[in-house]
Amino acid sequence: MALKSGVSFIRFKRLSHGIRLLSTHTRPEISQNGGKNADFPGVKAPYVTEMKFLNEHSYDPIPIYRVIDNNGEVIERTEEPRIDNETLLNMYKTMVQLNQMDKILYESQRQGRISFYMTNYGEEGIHVGSAAALLPQDMVFAQYRELGVLLYRGMTVTEIINQCYGNHEDPGKGRQMPVHYGSKQRNIATLSSPLATQMPQAVGAAYAFKRAPNNEHCVICYFGDGAASEGDAHAAFNFAATLQCPIILFCRNNGYAISTPTSEQYRGDGIAARGPALGLHTIRVDGTDALAVYRAVERAREIAIQNKPVLIEAMSYRVGHHSTSDDSSAYRPVEEIQKWTQEENPVQKLKLYIEGKGLWNSDTEKQFAKEARDIVLRTMQQAEKKKKPHWKEMLEDVYYDMPPHLQKQMNQMEKHLKKYKEHYPLDQFQSE
Amino acid sequence: MAGLGKKISILGNLVKYVNNGSKRLSSHFVYHPDNEAPVAGETSKMNMMQAINNAMDLTLKSDPTAVLFGEDVGFGGVFRCALGLQEKYGKDRVFNTPLCEQGIAGFGIGLATAGATAIAEIQFADYIFPAFDQLVNEAAKARYRSAGQFACGGLTVRAPCGAVGHGGLYHSQSPEAFFAHAAGLKVVVPRGPIAAKGLLLACIQEQDPCIFLEPKILYRSAAEEVPVDSYTLPLGKAQVLREGDAATLIAWGTQVHVLLEVAEMAEERLGVRCDVIDLMSILPWDVDTVCNSVKKTGRCLIAHEAPLTAGFGAELAATIQEECFLHLEAPVARAAGWDAPFPHVFEPFYLPDRWRCFDALQRLLAYDQQ
Repeated sequence: MALKSGVSFIRFKRLSHGIRLLSTHTRPEISQNGGKNADFPGVKAPYVTEMKFLNEHSYDPIPIYRVIDNNGEVIERTEEPRIDNETLLNMYKTMVQLNQMDKILYESQRQGRISFYMTNYGEEGIHVGSAAALLPQDMVFAQYRELGVLLYRGMTVTEIINQCYGNHEDPGKGRQMPVHYGSKQRNIATLSSPLATQMPQAVGAAYAFKRAPNNEHCVICYFGDGAASEGDAHAAFNFAATLQCPIILFCRNNGYAISTPTSEQYRGDGIAARGPALGLHTIRVDGTDALAVYRAVERAREIAIQNKPVLIEAMSYRVGHHSTSDDSSAYRPVEEIQKWTQEENPVQKLKLYIEGKGLWNSDTEKQFAKEARDIVLRTMQQAEKKKKPHWKEMLEDVYYDMPPHLQKQMNQMEKHLKKYKEHYPLDQFQSE
Repeated sequence: MAGLGKKISILGNLVKYVNNGSKRLSSHFVYHPDNEAPVAGETSKMNMMQAINNAMDLTLKSDPTAVLFGEDVGFGGVFRCALGLQEKYGKDRVFNTPLCEQGIAGFGIGLATAGATAIAEIQFADYIFPAFDQLVNEAAKARYRSAGQFACGGLTVRAPCGAVGHGGLYHSQSPEAFFAHAAGLKVVVPRGPIAAKGLLLACIQEQDPCIFLEPKILYRSAAEEVPVDSYTLPLGKAQVLREGDAATLIAWGTQVHVLLEVAEMAEERLGVRCDVIDLMSILPWDVDTVCNSVKKTGRCLIAHEAPLTAGFGAELAATIQEECFLHLEAPVARAAGWDAPFPHVFEPFYLPDRWRCFDALQRLLAYDQQ
């Protein structure tokens, strides 16, 4: 962040990773301490005799790093990431699969077939760009709008749909609401609804990584611009910095937290401006540009595994409603949504890029979109037929071993169900 | 049991330790040391702070993933429980965190999620509430919501709790009942050095997240011959410390010593003997030991420092009523802190001290004659 002095400040044409260096004018002109820093333990800074309060206008906004334009053209050749064709196709296909899944599962909620859903429209570039730049061993802590990351890491359509239906093949045994995925095998910590709680947890996991001998892995923690207002976000930023953890704190700034626009969420320069203030390596990227996200995460990973935590703020727009329980037309104009669907569409941008490379065309698009749609429909039909887990799963896993009072409660319920079985939907659940 | 002379000398020591020699306030209890070691082998005289330090030392020595952290833990902690551990095990294993309880709890959950053993310290139990969300919504539910894929059983949160003579509102609280309502947590309170070491090691090794509440008034005042080697005491089990047939007295933490004295008073003044039970584990708690005792005695007094309404005594009383209805000869009695914030100068009137408990016991014993 460059401190505005009101006169002129040095601008560097090629800003490395978007972090501006402090201008020379941040140094005070009048110092009573021989130009040396004062001796307070809390901060290293010189004295000044000119009284000056700083506010959000004291700094230039942190710029937004981008690699391709709206036509999928690389803007600065040297910034083009070296991604092999297979990975590029995988990234794009994940976006398409994600879109098909969102479309069909959203509709199925409208039809009452699942109880709840949250789409990912507008944030597909963030998902595949970041996921592709990570290694499978890097651990993911997510909020809830990161399905593309999960898909890219190999979570199957079947696992995801089983979770939404809460059937007996759901890895979470039907205990959580839809979209609360998790996969031990793929190092994706199970999601929970309370916002930002995953953030200090991710920092703790990163600290455990750091202590492992010859650590080469990092943790990535996703969160929204709204969640960043929670106290846990502040805790995470500060703990990550002071305890020097190998973590990428990844903010999806999509402009809204349910109905609350960012103007009511914060008054500073977004989330990124908090990074340098807390001692984090920080960058802001165009979240609709999967390649910019890829580049930023790729580099952030290198920095993070040296135990230097990184904050990335990816700018995007939440194209869909917050969830199936929300009608976003109640608080934002339709034209705004259209602009981000048409001009700044992350899927479109990556498609144009790979088409430009000759990797994709309208035929392959049509064929793959159909495949992606078919697999979702087929899996849903299968998932719907599967029974829900045995009701006893309701009382398992509260503790590692079931304590006596829970055993007693299970017996009570068992007796009750024997007597009143016709009043419960037992036929939808597995039996002994 | 100690004679009167010995009691007075212990009381003198307590006043000295607790109030730095000032005669401002005498302690509200007499410490009753454990005379039996739970395991054979060498013992060493330790106060509760040293026993806790010893348990953490043994853990750090045997478990390379174990880390100890919290506010001011690096230099040994404000109650000296981590004394010398940073020098011994290094700054990456015993370290200060920023001053942020929700961060400490969340960070600890993350460590445990990644498979490490995390011993987090909250400086006073009064300041655990900023971490309530992390402990209740996250730690307690992690195994359940992921169907066992991710758990944070490696997490133990230690926090000094209870009255200390002059702690006022925010250095005196006993928050165990708040956590007793959170399925998935284990909540434990020791009554002295031997129990503290055995229970803390059990919490650390337990596969579930544990909250270990340490009655801070015992840190220096309580001293016992503690086994030097590692040992654990079972979680979810109460201990019967004294046996009788007139009534069952149940407490945990410092209050156990109050009830032990009340039992002595009952024997000396009323000629009756009581069962005294240290519950030790608040969640899950030992229903069998408690109910077997109450079925034998027919009368029950529960005492705790925390406020009466929805205190953990209420859970005990309801269960006892349900399990022992035909055996009860009097309503279950509760002596607890009043339903007010914990006051500064009124502490002697606020606590369920030996006289309030003795009075409650007398009424319990005389219920039929009322």
